[in-house]
Amino acid sequence: MTMSETSATTAGTVGGTVGGTAGAEVLRPHAEDAFADELAALAGADDRPRPPRWRLSPWAVATYLLGGTLPDGTVITPKYVGPRRIIEVAVTTLATDRALLLLGVPGTAKTWVSEHLAAAVSGDSTLLVQGTAGTPEEAIRYGWNYAQLLAHGPSRDALVSSPVMRAMAEGMTARVEELTRIPADVQDSLITILSEKTLPVPELGQEIQAVRGFNVIATANDRDRGINDLSSALRRRFNTVVLPLPATAEAEVDIVSRRVDQIGRSLDLPGGLEGIAEIRRVVTVFRELRDGVTADGRTKIKSPSGTLSTAEAISVVTNGLALAAHFGDGVLRPGDVASGILGAVVRDPAADRVIWQEYVETVVRERDGWKDFYRACREVGA
Amino acid sequence: MTSPAEDAAPAWPAGSGPLFLGVRHHGPGSARAVRAALDAASPLAVLIEGPPEGDALVSLAGDPQMRPPVALLAHAVDDPGRAAFWPLADFSPEWVAIRWALAHDVPVRFIDLPATHSLAFTEGDGEGDGRPDGETDPDDGGAGTDLDPEARVQALRIDPLAVLAEAAGYDDAERWWEDVVEHRAAADDPFAPFAAVGEAMGALREEYGDGGHRRDLVREAYMRLQLRSARKEFGDDRVAVVCGAWHVPALGARTTATADRALLKGLPKVKSEMTWVPWTHHRLARHSGYGAGIDSPGWYGHLFGAPDRPVERWMTKVAGLLREEDQPISSAHVIEAVRLAETLATMRGRPLAGLTETTDAIRAVMCDGSDVPLGLIRDRLIVGDVLGEVPDSAPAVPLQRDLTRLQRSLRLKPEALERELELDLRKETDAGRGRMLHRLRLLGIGWGEASAGRGSTGTFRETWRLRWEPELYVRVAEAGVWGTTVHSAATAKAESRAVSATALSDVTALAEQCLLAELTDALPVVMSALADRAALDADVGHLAQALPALARSLRYGDVRSTDTAALGEVASGLAERICVGLPPACAALDADGAAEMRGHLDGVHAAIGLLPDAPDRPAGDLAGRWGAVLRKLAARDTVPGVIRGRSARLLLDDGRLPEDEAARLMGLALSPGAPPADAAAWIEGFVGGASGGGMLLVHDERLLALVDTWLTGVPAGSFTDVLPLLRRTFSAYEPGVRRTLGELVRRGPAGGGPRPDRPEAGIPGFGTGIDESRADAVLPVLRLLLGGPPPVGHDNDNDNDNDHAGVAR
Repeated sequence: MTMSETSATTAGTVGGTVGGTAGAEVLRPHAEDAFADELAALAGADDRPRPPRWRLSPWAVATYLLGGTLPDGTVITPKYVGPRRIIEVAVTTLATDRALLLLGVPGTAKTWVSEHLAAAVSGDSTLLVQGTAGTPEEAIRYGWNYAQLLAHGPSRDALVSSPVMRAMAEGMTARVEELTRIPADVQDSLITILSEKTLPVPELGQEIQAVRGFNVIATANDRDRGINDLSSALRRRFNTVVLPLPATAEAEVDIVSRRVDQIGRSLDLPGGLEGIAEIRRVVTVFRELRDGVTADGRTKIKSPSGTLSTAEAISVVTNGLALAAHFGDGVLRPGDVASGILGAVVRDPAADRVIWQEYVETVVRERDGWKDFYRACREVGA
Repeated sequence: MTSPAEDAAPAWPAGSGPLFLGVRHHGPGSARAVRAALDAASPLAVLIEGPPEGDALVSLAGDPQMRPPVALLAHAVDDPGRAAFWPLADFSPEWVAIRWALAHDVPVRFIDLPATHSLAFTEGDGEGDGRPDGETDPDDGGAGTDLDPEARVQALRIDPLAVLAEAAGYDDAERWWEDVVEHRAAADDPFAPFAAVGEAMGALREEYGDGGHRRDLVREAYMRLQLRSARKEFGDDRVAVVCGAWHVPALGARTTATADRALLKGLPKVKSEMTWVPWTHHRLARHSGYGAGIDSPGWYGHLFGAPDRPVERWMTKVAGLLREEDQPISSAHVIEAVRLAETLATMRGRPLAGLTETTDAIRAVMCDGSDVPLGLIRDRLIVGDVLGEVPDSAPAVPLQRDLTRLQRSLRLKPEALERELELDLRKETDAGRGRMLHRLRLLGIGWGEASAGRGSTGTFRETWRLRWEPELYVRVAEAGVWGTTVHSAATAKAESRAVSATALSDVTALAEQCLLAELTDALPVVMSALADRAALDADVGHLAQALPALARSLRYGDVRSTDTAALGEVASGLAERICVGLPPACAALDADGAAEMRGHLDGVHAAIGLLPDAPDRPAGDLAGRWGAVLRKLAARDTVPGVIRGRSARLLLDDGRLPEDEAARLMGLALSPGAPPADAAAWIEGFVGGASGGGMLLVHDERLLALVDTWLTGVPAGSFTDVLPLLRRTFSAYEPGVRRTLGELVRRGPAGGGPRPDRPEAGIPGFGTGIDESRADAVLPVLRLLLGGPPPVGHDNDNDNDNDHAGVAR
C-alpha cells in the first residue's frame, strides 16, 4: 500500500463508509456514533455560548466527558474517571484556539479522551493521523494522486488531502496519535499549521487557510523507548495536559476488575472474579512500586524502570486468570500472578531484580496475610 | 491624610456606633477594604483583636527596620515553651490597620483576652481547649497557635465559612470567600462589604451560637469591655474595631458590663512576656508547623501589592522565575497562560482567575504539564521565601532566657576563657550538662566542643572544651526561629535537618547526635528520614557505611536508657537491604573497589553481630541471612578474590563453615586454573589483616600446606606480580607468628600434624607431645584467674577443665 493510498483511505472514512463495513456490526463504533443520544441530549439542553463551529459549549463538552445529569433527566455516563481539573483545562485549551497535547504513560486513556473530545467538539473523531516511525509528511500535509498528476498535471483534483488539511478546510478537530513516534522532520511540518493556521501548497501557488474551529489534539507518551522528543518550537504551540494514573487504589482496583471482567468474558475464560483479593494485591504491588512508597505511606521503596501502568496490571491479572482456569483450580491464586508481576516489574535484569527482591524481603514478607504471596514470589524469583 | 469631608467616599455617619471591620485574617481583599474604610471614616482610635500586652510594642511596628512577616510572640516567663504567636504579614488587615493608625497618629489598642490568661489555658483547663487564640477560629484563619500538641485537640466545631460557602454552592470555603470578598473590586461604599459580612455572620451565630468555640465567649466579653471603655474615651462613633468577622455580631451585642465581668471572673493567670519575632512566609503557610491557615502567602502578598492586572503581573513573575532557572519561557507563553487562566475562570464561573486557574494554566502552558517546575513556583512564589525583620530594640528572644535558666540550674556559667569539662553521665547534673551542650551544638551554638576523653573510654564519660564567645548571643538569636526553648528548638532543627539531608550518612550521624542530645521527640522523624534514605539509596556501600554507626547508636541508647526500638527496626531493615544488595554489588569490582568493599564487609559483619533480633522474628534470623549472603559471596566466581576469601574467613570464625569446607574453598581458589593475582587476593582476604589470620595457618597445617603448594606452583612470570600482595599480607603478622610460620615451612611439607614416631620433626623449641606434669602445674593459676572451684582430686580434673573452658568461651 502506498502512502497516498493510506491518506485516501483515511479520508474516505469521513465521507461515509469504506468497503463492507456499512451493514455488518462493527467491532467498535466511533464515539460520536456510540454516544449519539447523549450528544444530542446535551446539544438540546446546552444554552451557553459556543465557540465557532463547536457542536457544544465548552461546559457541555466537559459534562459529556465527566458525566452528569441534565435538567431533563438524561444521564450522561462518565467517559473519563479522573480529576475534573484535567478535562476542564483540556476543553478550555481547545476553546482558546491552542492545540492540545495529551501526555501520559501507556494505559492512561489518552486516545480515549482525545476521541471523545473530538466527537463532542466537532461531532467527528475520524480525522486521525496515526503516528508511527514511518509516518510521512504526506500524512500531515497532503499527497498526490499520481495517475491524475501524470494525466492532467498539478491541480486541486490531483491533490490528496490529509486529515489535518480536511480539518483546516472544514473547521474541525484533527487528531494526531502518538505524536512522539513521528520522525522529528515530519513533526516540524505541524509548526506552520499550528502557528500560521495555513497550509501552503507551493506546487499550485495556493494555500489552504484554516477555518475557525480548526484545532489539533495530539497524544504522546513520554516514558517509552524509541521516541522522538518534541522540539521546543513545536512544544510551545501546544498546551500540555498530563493524564495521571488512577489516584486511589480503590479506583484502580475498580478499573482493573472491570476491564478484566470484560476481557475474560470475551476470551470465554471460565470462573468469575473470586480473585478480587488477588486483584487488590496486584494493584497494591503495582502502585507501591510505581509510587516508590508503601500504601500506608510509611516506607519508601525504589521504583523499577518499567511503567507499571494500570494496563499492565490488567494483563497480569488476565494472564493469571487464564493460568488458573486452564492449569489450576479456576481460582486466582498468588502463584498465578506472581510470575506475571515479576515479568512486569523486572524489565532491566540487573537493577530491577535487586529492587524487586528488596521489595519482597522488606515489604511483602512483613505484611500480614501475604505469607502465601511471599512464598510464591520466592519461588518464581529464586 | 484625606479628610472624610472632601473624600468622594461617604464618611462614617455620626450616631451609627463603632465601626466594625470584620475581616478574614491574612485576607488581602480584607486588608484593602480595611484601609479604604479607615481612610473614609478617620476614627480617633483603632481597636484590634490581639493580646493587650502588645500595646507597649505596637510603636515598634512603625520602625523602619521592621519588615513583615513578623509575629507577636507571647510566652510564659517560667516556661518559655508555653508560647503563642500572632503572625502578621504585609497583607494582614491587622497590620494594615496598625500602620494606618501609626501614620495618622491615632492610638492602637489590642483588645483580645490578655496573653496572661490565654497562656494559662494551655495548662489544660479541663476543656481540652487550650488555645491562646482560636487558631481554627473560623474567620480567624491565622491568629496563632501554641506549641502544646494536646491543645490542638479539636472538638467538633462548625466552620461558619464552610456553612456559608455550602449555601452558595461552593465546595471550598476558601474559594468562596475569595470570590465573594477578597476578589471583589473596591465598591463605591467602603463600608458596604463589612456590613454584608457582619450581617451574614450575625445570621450564622443566631443559628449556631458559639459554634463550639466556647472560649470565644470569654474573649468576646473581654473585647466588649475594652470597646466600652474606648467608646467612653473617644466617642461612640469615632472608634474602629478590626476583628475576625466571626466576632462582629458578638461585639455589637447589647450586654451589661456586669455580665461580661462575671464571665471573666476567676480566669487562670501566668506571668507572661511579649516581643516581636521575625516570621517567614513558609511558617504562614498551612503545611508547615505553626500554620497560620493560609496556603499561599506569596500569592496573597502579590494580590495585595499589585496595583492592577494581578493575573498578568503574576504570570510575568512566574515567567521570570522560570527563566532564571533556564527554562525557555517566551512572552508568547505568558500571553497564552493569561488567556487560558481567564477562560478557565469563565468556564468555572468565577469572577476573576484565582490561584487554581493560574496554576492550571501555568502547568499546561509553561510547564509542559509537569508538576516539577510547579513545585519550584509553589515554593518560591506562591508561598514565597520572604523572611521578616525585627528592629534590634525589640525585647530578647525567649530561647536566650531558656538558655540562661538552664545555665543557672546546671551551674554552668558562660565564660570567655577556654576550659575543659569532664562529665560523668551517671550523675544527673552532668548528664543534663552533656545534654544541653549536645543540643546547643545541634543548633549551631558552638559553646562546647566535644573532645576525646583522656582517662576513660567508657560510654558514660564525655569530655568537653568550653568557650563562650560574644557572637554566640547572635547565634542564639538566630536559633530563636527554631523554638522558644533549647529542647524544642533543637528538636525542630534536627527534624528539619533530617528532612533536608541528602546523604544517608548525614542522617545516621544526625540520629547519633539526637541520641546523645536525648531528643526523643525528633527521633521518629529522623528515623523515618533514615529509613527513606536507606530505601532509596542504591549504593550498598552507603548502606554498609551507615549500619555500623546505627549499631553503635543502639549501644549508646542502651547506656542512656532511651527507647531505641525504632532505631533497631531501621537498623535491621538496613541490614536486610544490605543482604539483598550486597551479592550483585560485589561482582566485577576492580582492586580498589574490592578493598573498599572488604572494609564494608567487615564493618557490616561486626554491626550485624551487635544488632538485637527483632521481637517478631526467630532468634538469629538476621545472622542466618547474613551467613547465607557470605556463603553466596564465598562461592561465587565473579566476586573478587579478596571478598571471597574474607567471606570464607568470617564464616569460618563464626563456626558456620566446617574446616573441611574452608579447605575445599581454599583449594578451589588456589587451584592452578585461577589467576595467581586473584588467588593471592584470596589469601589476603582469608588470612590477611590483624585478626589472627597467621595463627590460623600455624594451627591448621592443611591450610598452610595448601598455601605452600600453591605458592611453589606459581609460574615464575606471575610470581613478581603476586609478591607485593603476599608480602603485605604476611608482613602484618606479629613477629612471633611470622617466625613460627617460617619454621613450619622450613620443616617442609607435613601431612597431618606432628608425628609421634618422628620426634625430631616437632617444631623447634617445642616438645613433641604434651608434658602432663608441666601442664598440670599451670592449673592452679588458671583456677585463680577464672575463679573456678578448688581442685578436689585428680579424678575431677577433667570436669574442671570443662568448666573452665565453659567460662572462658
